[in-house]
Amino acid sequence: MSTDTLITALYVFSLAAFLGYLVISRVPPLLHTPLMSATNAISGISLVGSIVTAGADYNTVSTILGFTAVVCSTTNVVGGFVITDRMLRMFKRKPTSKKEE
Amino acid sequence: MQTYFIELSYLLASVLFILGLKGLSHPETAKRGMHLAEFGMLMAIIGTLMHHEIVSYTWILSGLVVGSIVGLAMGFWVPMTAMPQRTALSHAFGAFAAALVGVSEYYRHGGHVDKITMGALGFEVMLGALTTTGSLLAFAKLQGLVRGTPLTYKGQNIFNLALLAATVGIFIYLIAVPGSLPIFFVMVGLALIFGLLLVMPIGAADLTILMSLLNAYAGLATAATGFVLNNKVLIIAGTLDGFSGFILSILMCRAMNRSITNVLFGAFGSASSVESGDGRQGVMREVTLDDIAIQLAYAKQVVFVPGYGMATAQAQHAVRELANTLEKRGVTVKYGIHPVAGRMPGHMNVLLAEANVPYSSLYELEQINPEFPSTDVAVVIGANDVVNPDARDNPGSPIAGMPILEVDRSKSVVVLKRGQGKGFSGLENPLFFKDVTGMLYGDAKDTLTRMIQAVQQA
Repeated sequence: MSTDTLITALYVFSLAAFLGYLVISRVPPLLHTPLMSATNAISGISLVGSIVTAGADYNTVSTILGFTAVVCSTTNVVGGFVITDRMLRMFKRKPTSKKEE
Repeated sequence: MQTYFIELSYLLASVLFILGLKGLSHPETAKRGMHLAEFGMLMAIIGTLMHHEIVSYTWILSGLVVGSIVGLAMGFWVPMTAMPQRTALSHAFGAFAAALVGVSEYYRHGGHVDKITMGALGFEVMLGALTTTGSLLAFAKLQGLVRGTPLTYKGQNIFNLALLAATVGIFIYLIAVPGSLPIFFVMVGLALIFGLLLVMPIGAADLTILMSLLNAYAGLATAATGFVLNNKVLIIAGTLDGFSGFILSILMCRAMNRSITNVLFGAFGSASSVESGDGRQGVMREVTLDDIAIQLAYAKQVVFVPGYGMATAQAQHAVRELANTLEKRGVTVKYGIHPVAGRMPGHMNVLLAEANVPYSSLYELEQINPEFPSTDVAVVIGANDVVNPDARDNPGSPIAGMPILEVDRSKSVVVLKRGQGKGFSGLENPLFFKDVTGMLYGDAKDTLTRMIQAVQQA
């Protein structure tokens, strides 16, 4: 990795950290559990790294490691989004009687 | 052309992820936000499948299928009460994936990576490995496979710090000397052990903070993967996840008036560090169900204060039914939620939402505390430390200064508790001995169900 690449990466990291701070500090405590499962699902994006490792046929060890990583990341992505959706659907505003649902 | 498409899909995913998290600032916009993030994820995956280095799809597709099946199964069948365990597992999976990619990168180059890449790779593998084992141990504690009490021994902190220093020392050596495969694996092994040692001394009462910290580590491991692979969307998503974890850790620490170092090295709640009460606190007053039912039925305002005990007893639906019965009689019902009630941030909110409690009835600490003096009955369901008046009144208490829900200011307090024992922190709770407090022992769900009938007959 060249120094230039590193510097660009550090820029992206710093800006993402700043933006993350701004966006996430506005999430109310009410939604902290969905927040945790949502960020978990989102960081399952490491899947894209695992996919290349699993499919590039570098060597057998890398393929096995990549495959395992794909399984783990996919579990997080799919499970994380499904659970977040399931939780968010439960949050309702007004006291609704059962007939209205 | 291909590269542009891939990069474009990553850029789109990054933007959609941020919009998705922005949606979480309100329950009304949260669902749409998540759909955006899901779409972004799909785009990024499709983009990646076109990567020129990929020569075989066999392992990719089987991995995607297996992961989707496991993910769907977990997504649909994990009950809301088990959400902390599920989250601990997903921290472990995320961190493990990051560590594996790191190991594979190092291995395939025979350890000959340049110094900058090695720096990022070291962070990736160390954070990934220690978060994997740490989260698995946290999972075991939450699931009850391992006792929740902190495990401490003499010289623990010094031993842990020495191990950490050794791990970091090897890391620096690896940057200086490329191609040291066996030593690299020693570093991975030490990081795996360090994760276990880090979580061992942390007690059940502190798991909320621990969960947030592990979240931060898992996110940063992903971000480090982004540095190694020079992949911007990984850096962005990992950093968002990591900072979300850090912000939650800070909020949770503030809600307990503790510092992160204190959580990690204090071994709070271990038998040795907590002095037992001086035994002159008086007697707990046990009350009958019927008395309380009458108090509730003729109250103007009732506040429910749930804790982890509500989750273990699966009592959230019974709480909601009791609240319904009371509301039908014209009683105002509110819920006071402490930020660290339960085993992960927001745990109680999710459980009550599951039981159809509208989120407008859920009040945060600052909102509900001024309401207690005008509250007729405060019902504490399996909560302990978060209502312990010692935090406010006794500067010598281990939890002194922790903001609490001031239920003792209401006209009457009922505490639903499994037995007479102390809570997870092992602290004596003077609330239980106050004149306004009545104790109802037994399974919370069972007690509440019988209470509903008693209120209906009152």
